[in-house]
Amino acid sequence: MSLSATSGDPETSESPSTPSEGVTELQDAVIRFAGNSQDGIQTIGGFLARLAGRSAREVMTYMTIPSTISGGPSIFQVHLGSGEVLSAGDESDFLVAFYQHSYDNHIDSLKEGGICIYDSDHVEEVRGGEGIVHVGIPITSTTVEAIGGSARDRGKNIFVLGLITQLFKLNKDKLSSLIEKQLGRKGEGVLRNAMLAFDSGFAYPIGDLLGQEFDLKEGAAGTEDKVTTDGNTALTLGLLAGGVRYGSGYPITPWSTIMEQLRSELPKYGGLFVQAEDELAAVSMALGFAYSGHLSVTGSSGPGLSLKMEALSYATMAELPIVVVNVQRGGPSTGLPTSVEQSDLMQAIYGSHGDSPRIVIGPKNVEDCFYVAVEACKLAKEYSCPVIILTDQALATRIEAFAQPDLAEVVTEPELDQENRGEDFKPYPLDGLTRHAPPGTVMDAGKYPVVTGLEHDEWGHPSGSPEIHAKMNARRRDKLKTFADSLPLPDIYGDEEGEILLVGWGSTWGPIRESINRMRDQGRKVGTFHIRHLNPLPNGLETIFERYDHVVVVEMNDEGLYGNGQLATLLRARYCDPKIVSVCKTDGLTYRVKEIIERVDAAVS
Amino acid sequence: MSAPAEPKKLTKKDLTADHPTWCPGCGDFAVLAAFFKVLEKLQIPHEKICTIAGIGCSSRFPYFVNGHGVHFIHGRALPLATGVSLSRPDLHVFAFGGDGDGYSIGGNHLDHAARKNVNLTYVVMDNFVYGLTKKQTSPTSPKGFKSKTDPTGAIDQPINPMKKLVYGGASFVARTHAAQVKHMMQVFERAILHPGFSVVEVLSECVVFYPGIFDDGNPRKGGEFELIEEKVWDDSEEDKARHDVTDENAAYQLATLQYPGKFGVFYETDRPTKNQLEQQWIDATQEKVGDKSTQDLLSDRFAAMK
Repeated sequence: MSLSATSGDPETSESPSTPSEGVTELQDAVIRFAGNSQDGIQTIGGFLARLAGRSAREVMTYMTIPSTISGGPSIFQVHLGSGEVLSAGDESDFLVAFYQHSYDNHIDSLKEGGICIYDSDHVEEVRGGEGIVHVGIPITSTTVEAIGGSARDRGKNIFVLGLITQLFKLNKDKLSSLIEKQLGRKGEGVLRNAMLAFDSGFAYPIGDLLGQEFDLKEGAAGTEDKVTTDGNTALTLGLLAGGVRYGSGYPITPWSTIMEQLRSELPKYGGLFVQAEDELAAVSMALGFAYSGHLSVTGSSGPGLSLKMEALSYATMAELPIVVVNVQRGGPSTGLPTSVEQSDLMQAIYGSHGDSPRIVIGPKNVEDCFYVAVEACKLAKEYSCPVIILTDQALATRIEAFAQPDLAEVVTEPELDQENRGEDFKPYPLDGLTRHAPPGTVMDAGKYPVVTGLEHDEWGHPSGSPEIHAKMNARRRDKLKTFADSLPLPDIYGDEEGEILLVGWGSTWGPIRESINRMRDQGRKVGTFHIRHLNPLPNGLETIFERYDHVVVVEMNDEGLYGNGQLATLLRARYCDPKIVSVCKTDGLTYRVKEIIERVDAAVS
Repeated sequence: MSAPAEPKKLTKKDLTADHPTWCPGCGDFAVLAAFFKVLEKLQIPHEKICTIAGIGCSSRFPYFVNGHGVHFIHGRALPLATGVSLSRPDLHVFAFGGDGDGYSIGGNHLDHAARKNVNLTYVVMDNFVYGLTKKQTSPTSPKGFKSKTDPTGAIDQPINPMKKLVYGGASFVARTHAAQVKHMMQVFERAILHPGFSVVEVLSECVVFYPGIFDDGNPRKGGEFELIEEKVWDDSEEDKARHDVTDENAAYQLATLQYPGKFGVFYETDRPTKNQLEQQWIDATQEKVGDKSTQDLLSDRFAAMK
């Protein structure tokens, strides 16, 4: 069944609720808008997602962006639901196709029985399609007519938004106020045209054409004021809450929106984000802030992270705290700049020269981007080392709704530690954690410290002694082992033991969870856990592995020369367990649930 | 009530740290000595002195100064120093390095620190050769210089540091010679007091890998140490021929003189520093949002996304 409808599905609905003739109640719906990137289809999706957050619905969006400067085919998919929404949806229930190419390329994404609304001004040929309902609407000409002759076809996205509002009985008042709030800033003319287009779409008799209408249920009352935003924004706010006040970066997709927001936000907090001349300068400047006694951030995507590696090794050696964001995209090299991949795990952990241990953590969804950033700030300070946040392009750009964090609980105010250092000051004690003396600190002994990348003793003096090098390497390693000891075992979702354990990290969390739901619905004993702390790993994972017949690590990276993805390689190296196998892919797209289940079954058979 | 205790005077002894590991006779010793003398004269609070360097013989400098310091990675002293300068207006930030660190691997950072006019003082000890790695061609090695990487003589045109600095937008550009300690001190003092990005290029001889290269600028070795005569603005006929330090074209002309050229201040201009401009941006933003706590600011952002 294409829709999680409560009517018309004899297998699942015991008491079909049909409030009125021809209205189908929906628990969730996946709507795909296919057009060109300049048509503003992301705007429609954004409004729908924002509305969901205000209507106690869960939402997840998915979009593809051409890596060209302007234009090119693009889609925006919105999955709205009154229950838990874990993925952007494998297949869509509704497709809105603006052009012939949109239609041709995306008609197969519709479920059987799905509904395709197409712009009859541009789409000339429609295929029969098994069980697909076609509705042709002259979207372009009706929009032009509604707004006035000079408007060309701008505004047809808002026309479609009106159409969707009518079709799904969405809250028109809430949407209108969202449109006013957002487009009002662009001037009266823009807002007037948008409202004309919206009303025209809303008034269009789409229900009559289709012969049916839908009622997309709102979620449980009491959760109507959710925050609706994308992962990069959530991550930015997490950094601010965690106490980051300084940073430096260089533009690269999909990291840039974090640095843009930090540049605008930090001055409000008395802080500063500087656009550097290159990635090397960005990380170096961030280390300058860190050395000065501030918590600082730099970030990039894979290629930029590679450029920062030398300085990050210095940060490990000098034990300077720094948060590094890596918004992963398809690699190697320039690769697929606007697609998702999880191929920077090894680089994040091992990418620098020498033995340079550092902390690597990854968020599971948009909301988690906030909390991972907060945690990264705390860890960088506590362990005085680089902390790399591995997020990805999918999380960066997709929109989800979540509850506002308890700010009183999470906000940490930065403080500059300028207290005099006593006669016995040692920045790198062998039996304790690092405590630097930032410049400006008075040294009671009259001896001032030089922070160095050379191997050094407890006082920070350069030393070539083999004994000291071995001891200090151990010191830098052991502080991360201490951290690992503090990590709890990850929670298991699904069956605590059984046939298959799925292991994932980063943004595959949702689709993996949904796969577990579906497999368990089929009566299978399967479970999953998600690894948030990627380096160091939590201890004791073997006690979980042993409870399942198969352990399958699901990742968006290549299976490599030996048939294992990057996390699977690490788990195999640590646990020497041949039971651990991989499901990998590098098509630049997020996992579909069906895809995971099929691939996992193939991997264990 | 007794008067507050006079703060202890900062002396060369206080500032001296480890004995330099430079080779005997290295020009960098004199640079260090001149730096100490100027700090003694200026009486900057001890804890506010911060020296930063990358990699190279001269980049060992911070170890030899008893003050807060950073020995960073090759070529990146300036961006790190930029971070320190921008976030800590209370400090006096100094960067030290050589020609390889500053003009080759760190060449791009020099242009950008210069154009941004970051408030710090940068001293380049230029010896025309890579010394720490034992005699490879440097970006300032003259054509024909025989090194381990150019056994038959360097073939590439060397860069002209003074042109690079003026073009880059450094707001104070001077040139001196390590054998002229008094001149070095005068130039260092002016550089330190200059608000903005001040750079001093010091010809500092590597007695092991390029001995004698700067003799032409050293009267004791038979050369000539010709000073730039700066305008005194007295409307006199002689003054017309003197150098106007605010004249960029005149600075370029000085930079094109036949080696060893002239010494002194090539260029000095008063333009807003990045530190000032960023602070204005911070102040204006804070004035707009009003006095709000971190929680309030974040609450506002979340509210806008509901």
